Amino acid sequence: MERKSNKKPIIELRNVKRDFVVGDEVVHALRGVSFSIYEGEFVTIMGTSGSGKSTLLNALGCLDTPTSGEYYLDGVEVRTMNKNERAILRNRKIGFVFQNYNLLAKTTSVENVELPLMYNSSISAEERHERAVKALMAVGLGERLNHKSNQMSGGQQQRVAIARALVNDPVIILADEATGNLDSRTSFEILVLFQELHAKGRTIIFVTHNPELSQYSSRNIRLRDGQVVEDTINEHISSAKEALDALPPVKD
Amino acid sequence: MNVSNLLKIALRAINNNKLRSFLTMLGIIIGVGSVIAMLAIGQGSKKSIQEQISEMGSNMIMVHPGNNERMGGGVRMNSSEMQTLKNADYEAIVSKCTRYLSAVSPMVSSSGQMIYGNNNYPTSVTGVSQDYLEIRKLTVEKGDVFTDQDIASSAKVCVIGKTIVDNLFTNQEDPIGKVVRFGKVPFTVVGVLAAKGYNSMGQDQDAVVLAPYTTIQKRVSNVTYLGSIYASAKEESQTSKAIDEISEVLRENHKIKDGADDDFSVRSQEELSSMMTSTTDMMTILLACIAGISLLVGGIGIMNIMYVSVTERTREIGLRMSVGARGVDILAQFLIEAILISVTGGLIGVVLGVGASYALTTILGWPVYIQPYSVLLSFLVCTLTGVFFGWYPAKRASEMDPIEAIRYE
Repeated sequence: MERKSNKKPIIELRNVKRDFVVGDEVVHALRGVSFSIYEGEFVTIMGTSGSGKSTLLNALGCLDTPTSGEYYLDGVEVRTMNKNERAILRNRKIGFVFQNYNLLAKTTSVENVELPLMYNSSISAEERHERAVKALMAVGLGERLNHKSNQMSGGQQQRVAIARALVNDPVIILADEATGNLDSRTSFEILVLFQELHAKGRTIIFVTHNPELSQYSSRNIRLRDGQVVEDTINEHISSAKEALDALPPVKD
Repeated sequence: MNVSNLLKIALRAINNNKLRSFLTMLGIIIGVGSVIAMLAIGQGSKKSIQEQISEMGSNMIMVHPGNNERMGGGVRMNSSEMQTLKNADYEAIVSKCTRYLSAVSPMVSSSGQMIYGNNNYPTSVTGVSQDYLEIRKLTVEKGDVFTDQDIASSAKVCVIGKTIVDNLFTNQEDPIGKVVRFGKVPFTVVGVLAAKGYNSMGQDQDAVVLAPYTTIQKRVSNVTYLGSIYASAKEESQTSKAIDEISEVLRENHKIKDGADDDFSVRSQEELSSMMTSTTDMMTILLACIAGISLLVGGIGIMNIMYVSVTERTREIGLRMSVGARGVDILAQFLIEAILISVTGGLIGVVLGVGASYALTTILGWPVYIQPYSVLLSFLVCTLTGVFFGWYPAKRASEMDPIEAIRYE
């Protein structure tokens, strides 16, 4: 896989293995995964439950460390880092989007989006606010800056979560079943947003069990039993915008 | 993460759970409030007792005959029945103990009925020297004290207190120069004492009749010994030295051999005051203990709520960790939250405790005294309570695995 060698690699995995000890048994969740993800790619990682995609996501998100193998994130070796170093790395280089949004309850959009910057003491309160507002504008929520999380729809909440993932200007956005809790119309809206971000040059990894979503990304990696079984470039990316427009109109 | 961010986060969390935070605070409020109020009551009664004792003359030293040891045949005797203090002892103290003493007076008293016209009043006549007035902090309001000449001649003159005046001279007569009878002995009133009121033990300090001690010895009781000797040290700090000096003189006078027991006892007000204050100190400690327990219960309340809060906010903790919060940040967040609750509760408790103390003074008239250190102490204790009881739940929060926490249902 030497293609796109002109682009900068954001993620490099070399023979990554992750074993869990459950009782007396050793479960091999990842059995030697190797791939590189380059700047500007929109990658879907697919697999059924038990395929190891959650474990892979945790490893990619620096929430977990592989048992063996090498993982470089933006040129930095992650495997030897301790907990605190990984926390700082997540804070500076990764944006997470979760299936169930995980917004702080009774908290405004701006405050939710400010959260990652709260843990970066080099950013002043004004800059924090400014960047949060900018991120919310970028996801189309410029009108709902001071709405509280419980006053918004699922799609809006997920947009806030995406803004939160963008606010620290990460090298990679990790989305974990980001459309899993949404109806198909809202799912497409969110996909449109991801495609827009991709078009602006963001690197995105979208983990999902839904194979339909693969047509909207630029590259698909399929996992089975802790191994990569398929890794293809999608030459004909479908437009989520068109799919959205093609949906039957909402009946009132 | 800096402190102002942490404060902001903690305040937000408290604000999101106003009622629960207030209920948690309630334990601390009651704890701190009661500690302050109880200490104020304890300190107040201690202070009022000390004041009353010093009103009676804080430098006062009393010499009584006997020392409550078995005398002679093994019978314990009442000190007033002993006749070991003589005029010679008094004179020896006056002439030899000049270093630490400012005033010395013998005292011998006799009780009976005071009669004037068709009024009478039961009282005792106290035979003393002029120094007695200085020792007991008494002042003559009208007339004069008896003189050395009166003492030398055992003159039948007396100085009377306000209560006696009120009871004998019922039609606003001027008592000066009038002759009152004590039993069969007539006394000429030469002075009236300024009123002092009741003391802490409920004794009327104005029901006194003072006469030259020689008069009581020779003309009333017909005795040669003294009931006691009163003296006053120059400084309160010198009382113990003065006591030693007096003891030495009296032992010499009474020819007591080294190693043998004294046949007299010398006590100072200091002992009385320390005895009284030790009682109130004990009461204060007792009250503070009870209040302290309620503070402890309040602290456990904080721990309880923080535990619930940590469990309830597992997902939030997971999220914070995944966006880059370190364990320390989470620890600090929950710790600050606990401290904020306890400090706010503590502040309200201080206000309430001080308020309750003043309410007790104004409504019930109890003497209260709020010592600044007791406020500071209870405030400090409740902050420490917050740290102590907030620590464990906060530690647990900080050790969560972000992977599990973020998916916690």
